[in-house]
Amino acid sequence: MMQFRLAGTGGQGQILAAIILAEAAVASDQLYAAQSQSYGPESRGGASRAEVVISESPIDYPKVDKPDFLLCMSQQGFDKYQDDVAEDGTILVDTSLVTVPETHRHSRVVGCKITETARKNLGRQVVANIIALGLLVRLTEVVSPEAAKKAIANRVPSGTESLNLQAFDLGFELDPSLDCFGLDRSF
Amino acid sequence: MNLNKTGTHLFQGNEAVVEAAILSGCRFFAGYPITPSTEIAELMAVELPKVGGRFIQMEDEIGSMGAVIGASLTGTKAMTATSGPGFSLKQENIGYASFTETPVVVVNVQRVGPSTGMPTAPSQGDVMQARWGTHGDHPVVAIAPGSVAEAYTATIRAFSISEFLRVPVILLLDEVIGHMREGVSVEDVQAVEHLERKRPKGSKSDFRPYRDDGSGVPPMANFGDGYRFHVTGLFHDERGYPDLSPEWARTLMKRLMGKLDAHRDVHEWVEETETDDAEILIVSYGSPAQAATSALRQARAEGLRVGQFRVVTVWPFPEDALAKYKGQVRAVLVPEMNLGQLRLEVERVMGDAAPVLGLHRADGELFKPAEILEKIREVD
Repeated sequence: MMQFRLAGTGGQGQILAAIILAEAAVASDQLYAAQSQSYGPESRGGASRAEVVISESPIDYPKVDKPDFLLCMSQQGFDKYQDDVAEDGTILVDTSLVTVPETHRHSRVVGCKITETARKNLGRQVVANIIALGLLVRLTEVVSPEAAKKAIANRVPSGTESLNLQAFDLGFELDPSLDCFGLDRSF
Repeated sequence: MNLNKTGTHLFQGNEAVVEAAILSGCRFFAGYPITPSTEIAELMAVELPKVGGRFIQMEDEIGSMGAVIGASLTGTKAMTATSGPGFSLKQENIGYASFTETPVVVVNVQRVGPSTGMPTAPSQGDVMQARWGTHGDHPVVAIAPGSVAEAYTATIRAFSISEFLRVPVILLLDEVIGHMREGVSVEDVQAVEHLERKRPKGSKSDFRPYRDDGSGVPPMANFGDGYRFHVTGLFHDERGYPDLSPEWARTLMKRLMGKLDAHRDVHEWVEETETDDAEILIVSYGSPAQAATSALRQARAEGLRVGQFRVVTVWPFPEDALAKYKGQVRAVLVPEMNLGQLRLEVERVMGDAAPVLGLHRADGELFKPAEILEKIREVD
């Protein structure tokens, strides 16, 4: 069983990324998945947290207890959840938005300028969540990239499919030299 | 519609309710959106027109409840959905549906109360309100699914029970089940049996809309089909006209309250896990049952004899099914996201046979398996 937590700010699309991950597991890769979220009364801004549990056997408890993988796309998310991560877990940080103390850079933290890459390479900041998903799939291998792409095509707003698939590929194949740290380590 | 496909698909709990309602033949929805039930209204607005159904966003929850009763009287299967504050507003008309024996399905995706409370956080605070929220003695059924897949089957059964027994059915989701997404097998959902409303046969002039045919549930005519009838919230005779005599009140209430007892097989729904040799019994319902199942597995691995009695139809409470465990178990645990509601029923049934210990939280957080496991160890 693997537990994922995607933390950020409302409007970034963390929940959509989590839905895509869960759908890839359930619909294509014959795995069990439970996806949930927590958010405040507002739909933009405010802390947002999406979670996915993926397992080869039926899931009793659908919530994330100790994430094996934490995505942080807000400083608040990093500060609040970094200590929850399992001992051998991975933290992926969007360094365009989050400052990671030097002391963390030797642990299992991967940092990339995800939002900046979205803006620079694709001209659209809004697909940062899908770039992050590409990185997540590459680092964890929890679902196949084919399954993820099928779920992306099914779930993103119509007309944005190719932009989002491009974003996924960009994340999946992200060059470590692009202002990243930790990406060249094997996990 | 995803249900037309085969295989396993990812669905949200609220989405499951919509898909299953349409599969059950629901063709009318009236509602007023409220978190965490809003997806039900949104999706109904999209899906109903595709199958020739009607969606109305009403001025408020009182009007919504009235509209679904009206639709149902014409023979159309009807549903509304809400959460805490809206559920409070629907109560008067829920009583009207119950007393006039008009089938309706009312979804309440529970959030933390009282009052506006916490709109986006889960709770099971409306369990007693589902039973006693409207005034007067009255029959009502409430179902609390424990997973997204079960939200599907529970919705199909809600329509079956409501139509077949002419009773309002409250579908008591909580925010966790409503907003969670899980894989659901389309084949499993399609295998669930549907029960329908009994229609009158024979002479239209001799039709008596509230005459017992021996089953406790009179056949129901569609308004406008030529079987004439009158509908009132006053005590009413077999024709539906007011009759406030004590003799008739006793006869009517006996049938009304007795119809659920007579058809227990239609509405009773309990799921039992590892109960054969259980010494400690967890009585759960809704989303805490998932944490309880996880705790149960860990406790069993430690050699503790724990079983789970999961109540899916919470009202009428399955008292006989639970009473079987009197003399067998030495403690009962009831985890609920409220400060003690269904626990009172469990205590009533168990009497002095075993102590009933509640695990309660009403702070917007779901139980973690570890909390329940700790309590099991404490009791053992």
